[in-house]
Amino acid sequence: MLGVVRQKMLGQSFPKIRPAVSVLRSYSSAAKQMTVREALNSALDEEMSADPKVFLMGEEVGEYQGAYKISKGLLEKYGPERVRDTPITEAVFAGIGVGTAYYGLKPVVEFMTFNFSMQAIDHIINSAAKSNYMSAGQMSVPIVFRGPNGAAAGVGAQHSQCYAAWYASCPGLKVLTPYSSEDARGMLKAAIRDPDPVVFLENELLYGEPFPVSDEVLDSSFCLPIGKAKIERVGRDVTITAFSKMVGHALKAAEILEKDGIDAEVINLRSIRPLDRSAINASVRKTNRLITVEEGFPQHGVGAEICASVVEESFAYLDAPVERIAGADIPMPYAANLERMAVPQVEDIVRAAKRACYRSVPLAAAA
Amino acid sequence: MALSYLRSSSSRSANLLKPLSSGLSLRSPISTDTTPITVETSVPFTSHRCDAPSRSVETNPKELLTFFRDMALMRRMEIAADSLYKAKLIRGFCHLYDGQEAFAVGMEAAITKKDCIITAYRDHCTFMGRGGTLLEVFAELMGRQAGCSKGKGGSMHFYKKDSNFYGGHGIVGAQVPLGCGLAFAQKYSKDETVTFAMYGDGAANQGQLFEALNISALWDLPAILVCENNHYGMGTAEWRAAKSPAYYKRGDYVPGLKVDGMDALAVKQACKFAKEHALKSGPIILEMDTYRYHGHSMSDPGSTYRTRDEISGVRQERDPIERIRKLILSHDLASEKELKDIEKEVRKEVDDAITRAKESPMPEPSKLFTNVYAKGLGVESFGADRKEVRATLP
Repeated sequence: MLGVVRQKMLGQSFPKIRPAVSVLRSYSSAAKQMTVREALNSALDEEMSADPKVFLMGEEVGEYQGAYKISKGLLEKYGPERVRDTPITEAVFAGIGVGTAYYGLKPVVEFMTFNFSMQAIDHIINSAAKSNYMSAGQMSVPIVFRGPNGAAAGVGAQHSQCYAAWYASCPGLKVLTPYSSEDARGMLKAAIRDPDPVVFLENELLYGEPFPVSDEVLDSSFCLPIGKAKIERVGRDVTITAFSKMVGHALKAAEILEKDGIDAEVINLRSIRPLDRSAINASVRKTNRLITVEEGFPQHGVGAEICASVVEESFAYLDAPVERIAGADIPMPYAANLERMAVPQVEDIVRAAKRACYRSVPLAAAA
Repeated sequence: MALSYLRSSSSRSANLLKPLSSGLSLRSPISTDTTPITVETSVPFTSHRCDAPSRSVETNPKELLTFFRDMALMRRMEIAADSLYKAKLIRGFCHLYDGQEAFAVGMEAAITKKDCIITAYRDHCTFMGRGGTLLEVFAELMGRQAGCSKGKGGSMHFYKKDSNFYGGHGIVGAQVPLGCGLAFAQKYSKDETVTFAMYGDGAANQGQLFEALNISALWDLPAILVCENNHYGMGTAEWRAAKSPAYYKRGDYVPGLKVDGMDALAVKQACKFAKEHALKSGPIILEMDTYRYHGHSMSDPGSTYRTRDEISGVRQERDPIERIRKLILSHDLASEKELKDIEKEVRKEVDDAITRAKESPMPEPSKLFTNVYAKGLGVESFGADRKEVRATLP
């Protein structure tokens, strides 16, 4: 019944986008709402409960209840042996995490933000990603590196970088970027269960956002497959790929485009490595136009890889050049107006989609 | 703690020594004789924040013969690797351990295969100490299928997880936090075992080492950090790299012990002491005063930053194999000829292993794409020309 109500209201087959909260509440009073924070917390809790080898390590994950409260309550429940507060020493605690994974434990290492992961990047790449290959399979590394990635609000250049492209270029790593609470739960559980090193890129601004979750999602065995994208919105005219916070922007852009008669298909990539090239290409073969959206720096970014993949696999299907929307090619400024210009906005995605559809409105005529 | 190198060569018996020749029927067979002998270490231990163990080490003829044979094997193996490298059968990096063998054998004599070892790239002999075979070593060095990493790792990436040997690491200093992770996991699992994380005097200045000392001491990890101080970090002498080359003191609040690393018995004593300490009170540093005869790697003649006199001086005064030889002879445990016979046997084993290693083929091309992941999820991977070479990862 609820599904029918949602369908009527939103006019779509997948009620996964989030309209105004009050609207949803009035129609779906029985549907459970869960914030991304709660989703991550419950996923960690369930995986730690199911497997005694899983433990959490990072700065402020214990007594502070987590810098962003993701690990709230876990110290009380599992004790200081399994929820370890570390000193501010990323290099060693990432290395220790990898060492425990060599031995057979299943560490979840939290970086307070991925900006600090650069202090530990040698361990992520050289000690974790490459070990299974160099040892011809003797040394698998079942570790998860997780934490907020990308821009927050007003935190400046050193605290705003998106690391998806850097980590996703490295064979041996898996790189995941959840958007909704369903993504957060299903993918964190999959990541913890996966025998390979996973870089799990969350987003601080999404932590507090509620999403509807079904009973299936709430079940402790719920798990999403790694390497599969999700079609958040089915469309005909143009494909928009996005990940993490940008999925929300892409969905809003799709609503706006709909009013102009452009039916956009929005793909939530979910997994940057492995990249779901078949889903992306299948979509482009249907729509013939592609916009890639990401928050990170544009040069050598995720969109560049997607564009190359589509040109290689589906060149004949493209009716327009691939458009890339990305963060500005500058360190992140602090002033609010400049910051706004440094990160993709909904109107950027709308404009690019119109260009791809040869429906650009000249600047002079813009409303 | 006999090495299992015999598996790699001909199908002779597993005894360390062939039946001895005439004149020895009155003595008990040396290879199984465990009558205790007490030997003094060459120099006393120097300690930092702990009480040094006694200079008197208990050993026995069997152990001494084992030390002799194992070190002779390691020595011969490294020298053979030198020749193979010059013959261009080994490529890339090759860091040789000859001169430092006493540490590998002494440590193994004090611990079990349940204790973990992790080291950097000078790992051939450490791998042998953990039960690796000559064939696995030479085949890996030559990039063949019979190698311990199936030819995909190379000299710096030997592993033997079933004996708790965790490599084999090319990034200087990285192995120390990894080793502390192994110790953490041992404690977490309540295994009552310890980890030896080895590093050199060059790595001793790395920041992550100090991070490792802090966290190991904070969390009481059963980690033994062993500085194999061969006095040169590549071409840089310790006094040019370290303001304080007293590496055993670098732990500050972490106790330390300085050991003559060319004396296998001193090494054994120190490692035994360190293991007991680590299980009871947390991390400890062992500084092994040792020396490498070769340069840093095969591309380093080793003579631009030190004198040939220095090298030959150490060889004459402190060689670890010669020390054990003198001990065996002075205690009348074997004759000169018997020891020479062992060396001849060892030489033959090494030659046989090299022959077999040369016969091992290079990896199949399809192996290019294996082991990228433990669970590949059926995704695609690409060769240099992705339209030409693609594979599905299992």
